[in-house]
Amino acid sequence: MKWETVIGLEIHAQLATKSKIFSGASTGYGAEPNTQACAIDLGMPGVLPVLNQEVVRMAAMFGLAIGAEIARRSVFARKNYFYPDLPKGYQISQYELPIVQKGQTIIDLEDGSSKVVGITRAHLEEDAGKSLHEDFQGFSGIDLNRAGTPLLEIVSEPDLRSAKEAVAYMKKLHQLVVYLGICDGNMQEGSFRCDANVSVRPKGDPKFGTRAEIKNLNSFRFVERAIEFEIERQIDLIESGGKVVQETRLYDPDKGETRSMRGKEEANDYRYFPDPDLLPLVLDEAFINAARTELPELPDTKKQRFMEQYELSGYDASVLTVSRDLAGYYEATVAALGGEAKLCANWVMGDFSAFLNKDNRDIADSPVDSVRLAGLLRRIEDRTISGKIAKEVFEAMWAGEGDADAIIEKRSLRQITDTSAIEQVIDDVMAGNPDQLAQYRAGKDKLFGFFVGQVMKLSKGKANPQQVNELLMEKLKG
Amino acid sequence: MTPLGTAEVAKIAHLARLAIREEEAPAYASNLSAILELVEQMNAVDTTGVTPMAHPLDMAQRLRPDEISETNHRECFQAIAPRTEAGLYLVPKVIE
Repeated sequence: MKWETVIGLEIHAQLATKSKIFSGASTGYGAEPNTQACAIDLGMPGVLPVLNQEVVRMAAMFGLAIGAEIARRSVFARKNYFYPDLPKGYQISQYELPIVQKGQTIIDLEDGSSKVVGITRAHLEEDAGKSLHEDFQGFSGIDLNRAGTPLLEIVSEPDLRSAKEAVAYMKKLHQLVVYLGICDGNMQEGSFRCDANVSVRPKGDPKFGTRAEIKNLNSFRFVERAIEFEIERQIDLIESGGKVVQETRLYDPDKGETRSMRGKEEANDYRYFPDPDLLPLVLDEAFINAARTELPELPDTKKQRFMEQYELSGYDASVLTVSRDLAGYYEATVAALGGEAKLCANWVMGDFSAFLNKDNRDIADSPVDSVRLAGLLRRIEDRTISGKIAKEVFEAMWAGEGDADAIIEKRSLRQITDTSAIEQVIDDVMAGNPDQLAQYRAGKDKLFGFFVGQVMKLSKGKANPQQVNELLMEKLKG
Repeated sequence: MTPLGTAEVAKIAHLARLAIREEEAPAYASNLSAILELVEQMNAVDTTGVTPMAHPLDMAQRLRPDEISETNHRECFQAIAPRTEAGLYLVPKVIE
């Protein structure tokens, strides 16, 4: 039987605020345990939550970016369950009236097509604390620093049909929230993570199958692997006569499998009700318009503009707009060089990105800024150096040896464009290789490459390759 | 509406982590049923066109600026905790 997979993702993006969603405690990562958990975060008697304005603005920006309606009135609700890292016995979330309503995003697929993915809603909520189960005999250690950290939970429609689509969607939203500056996107620190609802059904069946929810996936690779494992598990189960049960599962990256979280059968009875400690959140047009004016150019728009303005391919434009920093660096390079957009694209995507990756550096602390890169590219453009020599110069620039012109001078890398000088080298090469010359003249055309190589070698790579080709062609004829 | 039975009372009590004695269950069942009956009566009112209130006060939530105003009082908070270690609150082991 042919099976179809149905996937919906719930993404948790930690909003990049200084203080928590309902208290003035710091959200900074990596502090000593429980030093950033105040009376409100601990759920002490008599405390009251007060909503952080920045959290609301960020949620509104996200809603506008996905073309969603921003609720003029939304309501906070209590989601009730007991767990030691949830001090109040409930999580403040939004249920019936979330701040961001239906929107959508477009993902690009590997085959070059694109697909619209619906976003059901996005709502504000507080994060829980962290439980450490390993180090304490018979006890669990609880760190409540994370309790009360603001989260935007983004719920997709069940529109995704494969693990690859799910990853493409997750990457798209990751790019979007980072562009918007509302989330730092740091997945190792848990700032961006997701739960995946996965089910399978016979192809063509209009009804959804029973779904399993895989919790807390914090890398793109884990999302892909966990979903792929889960699809196979469900199909095997059904084909061998079993039934998928609705349950929560955890992905074990070491074993590469998902397994059931036992003992949580009753966990879905959350008894939501409006939180009496918080009044309805009412937004006026001025607030929403202010959020709208703060929207940066979004990834899709930027990509389109790059294709038109710089005449780049869709692929190049996608790579260059992957982050605002990279796109900004690229545009600054083109501006500094005054054109040659494709040459700039090749270098920014190529050597520049490769060196950044190699050293694990951010663009902000790259040793080669856009003006310096443009200075190097100018020397390729005016044929002072070849593209190959430019790589050597770039490496020296990266190592801090100065700008392109200084390095070209110091290492005397200036390209030889003087025809008579190149001819001299060619004559030397021909004189030194009489056998090859004879073979070439007898019809062994393949040897042309040999002569090019010898000339380049003798000139230490500095002879202008195009001129070498032209002159060699003439001279070898005899 | 069917009145609540003692099994439902036991379930609600468990969800709320309330320890109730078995012999008290029938009394809770009848009290809770009476409350639900009252809600049922209110349900009969025609509320077409009335926006449900999420709060008894007809006011909107005030917002605060995003500023860190709290300092570390861990020692003070942990003074009343039954057990702590390495800055963590210790609780009976929770099995995942």
